[in-house]
Amino acid sequence: MSNGAATETMNVSFYEPKSILSWVLTTDHKRIGLMYLITISTFFLIAGGIAMLMRYELLTPESDFVSPHTYNVLFTLHGSIMVFFFIVPGVAASLGNFLIPLMIGARDVAFPKLNLGSYWIYLVGTIILLAALLQPADTGWTFYTPYSVKTGTDVILITFGVFVLGFSSILTGLNFIVTIHKLRAPGMTWDRLPLFIWSAYATSILQLLATPVVGITLLLLIAERTLDIGFFDPAKGGDPILFQNFFWFYSHPAVYIMVIPAFGIISEIIPVFSRKPIFGYKAIAYSSFAIAIISFFVWMHHMFVSGISQTAAAIFSFLTMLVAIPTAIKVFNWVATLYKGSISLESPMLYALSFIFLFTIGGLTGVYLGTLAVDVPLHDTYFVVAHMHYVMIGGTVFGFFGALHFWYPKWFGKMFNEAVAKLAWFLIFVGFNVTFFPQFFLGVEGMPRRYASYPPQFQTLHEISTYGSWILGLGIFIMTVNLIAGVIGGKKAPQNPYNSLSLEWQVPSPPPHENFHEIPTVTDWTYGYGKKSKTEA
Amino acid sequence: MDSTVASHAEEHHELDPVVEYESSKLGMWLFLGTEILLFGGLFAAYAIYRARYPEMFAEQHRELDVWFGTINTFILLFSSFTMAMAVWSIQKGKQTRTVIFMLITIICGLAFGINKYFEYAEDFHKHLYPQTSIFYALYYLMTGLHMIHVFVGLTILSVITYLTHKGKFNENYNTPIEVGGLYWHLVDVIWIYLFPLLYLIA
Repeated sequence: MSNGAATETMNVSFYEPKSILSWVLTTDHKRIGLMYLITISTFFLIAGGIAMLMRYELLTPESDFVSPHTYNVLFTLHGSIMVFFFIVPGVAASLGNFLIPLMIGARDVAFPKLNLGSYWIYLVGTIILLAALLQPADTGWTFYTPYSVKTGTDVILITFGVFVLGFSSILTGLNFIVTIHKLRAPGMTWDRLPLFIWSAYATSILQLLATPVVGITLLLLIAERTLDIGFFDPAKGGDPILFQNFFWFYSHPAVYIMVIPAFGIISEIIPVFSRKPIFGYKAIAYSSFAIAIISFFVWMHHMFVSGISQTAAAIFSFLTMLVAIPTAIKVFNWVATLYKGSISLESPMLYALSFIFLFTIGGLTGVYLGTLAVDVPLHDTYFVVAHMHYVMIGGTVFGFFGALHFWYPKWFGKMFNEAVAKLAWFLIFVGFNVTFFPQFFLGVEGMPRRYASYPPQFQTLHEISTYGSWILGLGIFIMTVNLIAGVIGGKKAPQNPYNSLSLEWQVPSPPPHENFHEIPTVTDWTYGYGKKSKTEA
Repeated sequence: MDSTVASHAEEHHELDPVVEYESSKLGMWLFLGTEILLFGGLFAAYAIYRARYPEMFAEQHRELDVWFGTINTFILLFSSFTMAMAVWSIQKGKQTRTVIFMLITIICGLAFGINKYFEYAEDFHKHLYPQTSIFYALYYLMTGLHMIHVFVGLTILSVITYLTHKGKFNENYNTPIEVGGLYWHLVDVIWIYLFPLLYLIA
């Protein structure tokens, strides 16, 4: 599909030189991506560990392992770290940084120094969060007023940390948009772009449009606490619902910042392991934008029981269901790509197939919750918790794990143990479902979220869920060890172990500095599997 | 030895100047968009509370001294003009003239800050604080956030002026001046909206 991509021996790998300073001051997108990957993975493991503690507390109806206040702190930390430190900035920034220039045939992003700046701003945000742990907040990750104004715990530091992260997010998104617009290799036209790039582009737009709004919202919250003003305080003429409106105006699009990169990952993995061109290229590419646009007009479905008008609730219920259309378009196209494909079930593909299965459950339960009449009884129950985790873990995290296994040989130049990877996938898949599927039933039976204790009749389902979390934890542990062991002792990876046609596989593993010996000229799209040449979907 | 490899690689393959110029401009326009959205949250809060409490807004804004705001509006408008002149001058390759226009712009920015300082002092003297009412909370947050942008703009302009003075820019390469100028114009534009919203309520 491309000529001129150098396969001959050329520059040194991007891991050279190895000095610490060369990493701290690097402007190489691959190194910055790797630093993001390590940081977000660390936070993922920490926040996952916190979730295990919460599940352990829920093994018995009484609040006996931790105090209710500690439990509140734990779910606040779990949510805040997972959302703001792992899933929002991480998946897009780590994989996006590594892949975007390689996939479009560029030497780096448009603003390499700004890119490094984004990473360091991100790190400053995480340090602020760690400082906030001295008096950890107990508000939940949504920081709802008026409680977040009144609680004695430290809301200011943690929200300020999130505010700083927002800067990082905005600058990364800006960098990616300009990169995709201006640095594509000759011949890399918009209708030849890999779908991961389309999804990264849609994600970046969301980051630019939504993040400033949460920034100002958190600033208002900080001002409310420090200056004693009354924007969100009814006693002073303010409106607590305004905070929820502002917050979800960001945080619902943010859900798609989290999951759209995973759509891109799945669109890359499935054709390679089906040996078939992607089905419905344009439909998949444009549906990301449809999702991005609609996502700005659904935020009130988080507030159906907050005291909004019935008219508004009905309108937002309808708009919410619209999101299902472009999302379903993607799922159907992935399945159509599989149809009559020559499917090989290697670990990245196992994650991709699990994604389709689990994300569909997550997505469809989202339609239940978007339905006004159904949402009212299910609101703030475990049904929401289960739905949310089916989308975030079953969707984003499975996509992320799939990407880790898929691009691992390229990134690290080594291979992991495939048999262990499959075992880990099996444990993660089973553990995840055992943990979260019972929570749908818990929710329907009326178990509210965010409580450390519960009536005894819920105990069996809670026990199953907790046992599941142990299987899930074991699976993630084995996967982590396997991936780290591969870096240390794995055998050397070939340039293109999965026979992908995408540009990043046409350079050595790991790629050299500046990626391409000579900028390639692209003559065809990325998905011409099983045929000599194919230009249009 | 290793570092020579890296620096060797980094020195090669500079971006094409045209691509770099277009990238920088696109990047700055996108950033300005996010700035407007940041203020957008405050404008939305303003709209909601003004619709809810029209009498309070109409009454309380009279306490503000409209002269401070008017003078500052003219100062900023003038500074936008001198900024545009600076960009025009460097495009003609006139470095000294560019530095002079940049310095005038910076002085205007400082004058804006000083004027605002006296205005805040008078407000405090009249016991107008952020917690006085939602109107004043909005007033202080909007003008305060704008003030932060003025300071950021002044820092950017100072660095660019110094670099111009050092001869870094000419008619062929002046992207930082143009992009920095865009930012300064945004600072001006936001004030153009703040002024009537806060001082000139009918």
